[in-house]
Amino acid sequence: MATAQLVRATAARAAAAAPLGLTSWRRPALRALSIGLFLLAWHAATLWDLDFYVRFQNIPSPGDVLAEAIELFSSWSFYGHILASLERIWLGFAIATVLGVALGLLIGWFAFAEDTLLPPIELFRPIPAVAWVPISIMLWPTERSSIVFITTLGAFFPIVLNTIHGVEGIDRQLVRAATSLGAGRAAIFREVVLPGALPSIVTGLSVGMGVSWICLISAEMISGQFGVGYFTWVAYGIVKYAQIVVGMLTIGVLGMLSSLVVRLVGARCMPWLPRREKDGA
Amino acid sequence: MVVAPDRPTGRIEITDLGVAFSRDDRRVEAVRRFTLMTTPGEFVALLGPSGCGKTTVLNAVAGFVQPTVGRVVVDGEPVREPGADRGVVFQQHSLFPWKTVLANVEFGLKMRGIGPTERSAQARSYLNLVGLAGFERAYPGELSGGMQQRVGIARVLVNRPRVMLMDEPFGAVDAQTRLAMQELLLGVWREVKTTVLFVTHDIDEAIFLADRVAVMTARPGQIRDLMPVKLPRPRPAEVITTPEFMALKARVLAQVREESGRAWVEPRP
Ligand SMILES: Nc1ncnc2c1ncn2[C@@H]1O[C@H](COP(=O)(O)OP(=O)(O)OP(=O)(O)O)[C@@H](O)[C@H]1O
Ligand SMILES: [Mg+2]
Repeated sequence: MATAQLVRATAARAAAAAPLGLTSWRRPALRALSIGLFLLAWHAATLWDLDFYVRFQNIPSPGDVLAEAIELFSSWSFYGHILASLERIWLGFAIATVLGVALGLLIGWFAFAEDTLLPPIELFRPIPAVAWVPISIMLWPTERSSIVFITTLGAFFPIVLNTIHGVEGIDRQLVRAATSLGAGRAAIFREVVLPGALPSIVTGLSVGMGVSWICLISAEMISGQFGVGYFTWVAYGIVKYAQIVVGMLTIGVLGMLSSLVVRLVGARCMPWLPRREKDGA
Repeated sequence: MVVAPDRPTGRIEITDLGVAFSRDDRRVEAVRRFTLMTTPGEFVALLGPSGCGKTTVLNAVAGFVQPTVGRVVVDGEPVREPGADRGVVFQQHSLFPWKTVLANVEFGLKMRGIGPTERSAQARSYLNLVGLAGFERAYPGELSGGMQQRVGIARVLVNRPRVMLMDEPFGAVDAQTRLAMQELLLGVWREVKTTVLFVTHDIDEAIFLADRVAVMTARPGQIRDLMPVKLPRPRPAEVITTPEFMALKARVLAQVREESGRAWVEPRP
């Protein structure tokens, strides 16, 4: 163990080489200051109803938004919208993950699968998932299923393409090593191809999660009767401008948390990857 | 515990081996009429100019490439495909980065369907043998190049292969480490007594390690000369300063020089 610990300890020391007392509070303070300045600018713009081509007359102030948020989060109906959106995201994302990873592994590894499965994927890939909304409404019996379909579609392409990319990038020498250690075809797939493609798969999942949120919100705004996207769009219609901003912020926070979950689970599954640290961290 | 097989196995018979590749509509003959026999448990080093087909010979024994003509037979069985009875130690970067050191060494046993307790015990004893006890839970990326190569050796030997094929295994480690690795390899080989076919560019290394040194001609490679190394074992590191060693080295060097010269001068067919 000694040397491995030494290697890790040396890396940690190199990262901590910057003068400690200074950096420990400086960066968090800078970040807080940056957000504070932004809020101040926003507040000022709405306070003086700024109008320099961009118009702030109808824009709610940070205070309005905070008051509205407190009110919304103390009633049940807003949670209903959040739950509806979360359910659609995770359902769509899960389906896209299963399909995307399975197809990506096959296409990446077997030439026959590449020839038969890749052409239709390449054909549909350039079409943004949102453009599918009308067809999706006709195709699927319920609002829920049609929106889940759009969400799935959005996540599917980045996942499948990154999986293919990951499989194609696998070092052939590792495959040779495995065969000369007695691995058969199934074992190579399980022990080499899958873990070898995993970093790329996780990248695909991370990108896919972001895209599926975009698709979900767009689909809800266009065709929904439920969900945070629908809520935000309706708030505009009924002139509840502070609600729009609460809806936007909620979408942002939910999207961020979902990506965080994907990244944490990904890092969990790949303990062999070194953690990167930035200069002056 | 590392137990040597009751009866030494690992007789390699390469007869009239020819391997040709087609590259951009051209036929490249890597090896032609290559013949080499080893006795069980023998250590044979393969020297030759760059691109003469050393790796190709090794790959043919491993089963990675198929002979165009000729035969490769190990212990009476013709080689058809890669298998755990012919382990390969590559030059570098061949450990599974996503597996711990222990899991890398256990890999062959897992493929044979041996249970977790048993395979952990066996893998640990081989890690011990290569001096890496205590590194079980490290990942390959946390080890130095020399340590990674030792894991690679343990990973092969845990399968009790008939032959161990090594393709410039110490070519990428620094000179200091290389010497220690060579001594370690000889120590390990004394315990397990498997046949070793060892490709290298380093003449000192070939003579220090091997029972016989084979020098190949320029491509298409065949055996030019096969010289027994009559230095007694165990061989201390100082053996390379003895007159016997020097004499053999002079002989090998002259041949390698000549072939390397030909590899540069002769137009490639
Ligand atoms: N898969 C392949 N396709 C086409 N040509 C190949 C292939 N593998 C090897 N060759 C060619 O065959 C010849 C012998 O290659 P080989 O790798 O066996 O040489 P080597 O002696 O191991 O060389 P080095 O000392 O550089 O490792 C070279 O000219 C090489 O370019
Ligand atoms: Mg080579």
